[in-house]
Amino acid sequence: MDLLKELVTYYNDNGAYVWTEFYRHFLMSAYGVLFAAIVGIPIGILIARYSKLSPWVISFVNVIQTIPALALLAVLMLVMGLGTNTVILALFLYSLLPIVKNTYTGILGVDKTLKEAGNAMGMTRFQILRMVELPLSLSVIMAGLRTALVIAIGIATIGTFIGAGGLGSIIVRGTNAAEGGAIILAGAIPTALMAVLADFVMGWFERLLSPANSRKLS
Amino acid sequence: MLTFENVTKIYSGNKKAVNNLNLEIEKGEFICFIGPSGCGKTTSMKMVNRLIEPTEGRILIDGKDIMKQNRVQMRREIGYVIQQIGLFPHMTISENITLVPKLLQWSKDNRRERAKELIKLVNLPEEYLDRYPQELSGGQQQRIGVLRALASNPPLILMDEPFGALDPITRDGLQEEFKNLQRKLGKTIVFVTHDMDEAIKLADRIVIMRDGEIVQVDTPDEILRNPANEFVESFIGKERLIQTRPDVKTVGQIMNKIPATVHKEETLSTAIQRMKEKRVDSLLVIGEDQTLEGYIDVEDIEENRKKSTLVGEIVETELYRVKEDSLIRDTIQKMLRRHTKYVPVVDDDNRLKGIVTRATLADLVYESIWGDEDDN
Ligand SMILES: Nc1ncnc2c1ncn2[C@@H]1O[C@H](COP(=O)(O)OP(=O)(O)O)[C@@H](O)[C@H]1O
Ligand SMILES: [Mg+2]
Repeated sequence: MDLLKELVTYYNDNGAYVWTEFYRHFLMSAYGVLFAAIVGIPIGILIARYSKLSPWVISFVNVIQTIPALALLAVLMLVMGLGTNTVILALFLYSLLPIVKNTYTGILGVDKTLKEAGNAMGMTRFQILRMVELPLSLSVIMAGLRTALVIAIGIATIGTFIGAGGLGSIIVRGTNAAEGGAIILAGAIPTALMAVLADFVMGWFERLLSPANSRKLS
Repeated sequence: MLTFENVTKIYSGNKKAVNNLNLEIEKGEFICFIGPSGCGKTTSMKMVNRLIEPTEGRILIDGKDIMKQNRVQMRREIGYVIQQIGLFPHMTISENITLVPKLLQWSKDNRRERAKELIKLVNLPEEYLDRYPQELSGGQQQRIGVLRALASNPPLILMDEPFGALDPITRDGLQEEFKNLQRKLGKTIVFVTHDMDEAIKLADRIVIMRDGEIVQVDTPDEILRNPANEFVESFIGKERLIQTRPDVKTVGQIMNKIPATVHKEETLSTAIQRMKEKRVDSLLVIGEDQTLEGYIDVEDIEENRKKSTLVGEIVETELYRVKEDSLIRDTIQKMLRRHTKYVPVVDDDNRLKGIVTRATLADLVYESIWGDEDDN
């Protein structure tokens, strides 16, 4: 009961601060995923087309994924110094795997018959990509973005160690305070909430974009 | 208009899928490639629009070597229909039909116009244009598949077992519909099938293939009468060889030329009167110029006697019909399959020419039996 009361008091006193960190946290995650999408989707498309490249590229992004977050952050920090950009770069790297992999499987998963039909009707390679492959794999690509965003929101919590702020800062404060339980929660709850919310919203988009639902879009 | 000159295709592994194919196809001709699975039908067909490129030899369309043309441009001028149908699930029927016109950069209005025009050809309602493929039945989807191939009005259409995945009744209807459409539009068609009935029914000439080589090229009648060798004979099957014997062959030769009819402007009482006179329970309904509008039967009249007075108001327009030059064996098959008691016979302008009833067919059978005994 006390914990809950303390929590409410904390939010009352520091509402603006929590909100700033929440927003900052979200932006870092979103930018990381956004840049990863800009780079990862074309890579996914490319390796779906030139399948000889795919094992190499997939293994590479897989390796990135296996590096522990703190270690990766530490290494990046040595190169790029402290600050938000370093965190965003780390999130970018972590987001690559789900995005590249989903784009790749999404595009390969488009019914071969449809690609052949497009080809036989005189579509150029680019037209097949734009009018057939991308629309039909959009929901799978979206699922990749969803995974990436949820992971990014989790990892962004440790950004505070290299001075990037975010909800992690509140949690770390709590761990440093004597009776900091409520403060830890004050940081952890919004983080969890953000992850759940992101998952939900992206999931909704994903379903909307699935080919079976295409009529809702038009 | 389409020429194969010594065309050979060797896939990696040195297997000759098609071996030295020579064939000349005339404009407006309906050609069926037929043969056992793996004999190279699909490969031959796909070489025409360069989905597969020949290893040796040349293919010419209107005298021009296809290898010297722009591949993408050329494909837009050749229709293509496949067994798997391959409509795009994220596009509406209208968008699916007019995809090639879109690639050819027709304006939106022209495309929509064209879609409306086309969907009329297969007797589907215009509302379907805004639906999605998965909302249509298999038969309807393949009708759309055919329309998609016709959209930019290409002179040549390639079809790979297009009706192969449909149930027999739907397939039957579509074959008939498509044959009529082809006659009307005068397209050159290369049609791959492994169903001999289908080939006989549709083709002007049948190309029988085996192990990548042509065994016989001829009209269906000629192939049935003079199969080139045992392979062709066994491929045709004994039954069909016998079926082709009787001298009577087309519906026009055996039909009853004075069917019981009623004009659509006549009254229901007249109709009843006529049914009594002719001792029938159903009449064909005709309109201006002898055009066939449909039929009415006794029950329809009984049910509607209070509400309506004219035949035209209650005529049933859903009616299966055949042409004078339809083959008797096809017609028999269809009547049996559909459990209909009769089929009206019409000409190309849908004018009523006669009727074939089960009684007509029974007469035919008796005649042929008596005929045989006379000979002995
Ligand atoms: N892409 C391919 N690679 C290698 N062999 C093939 C390929 N496509 C077809 N074949 C072979 O070529 C032969 C003819 O195939 P196909 O033209 O598809 O026959 P059909 O359509 O008459 O059943 C078959 O033996 C088949 O296994
Ligand atoms: Mg085939």
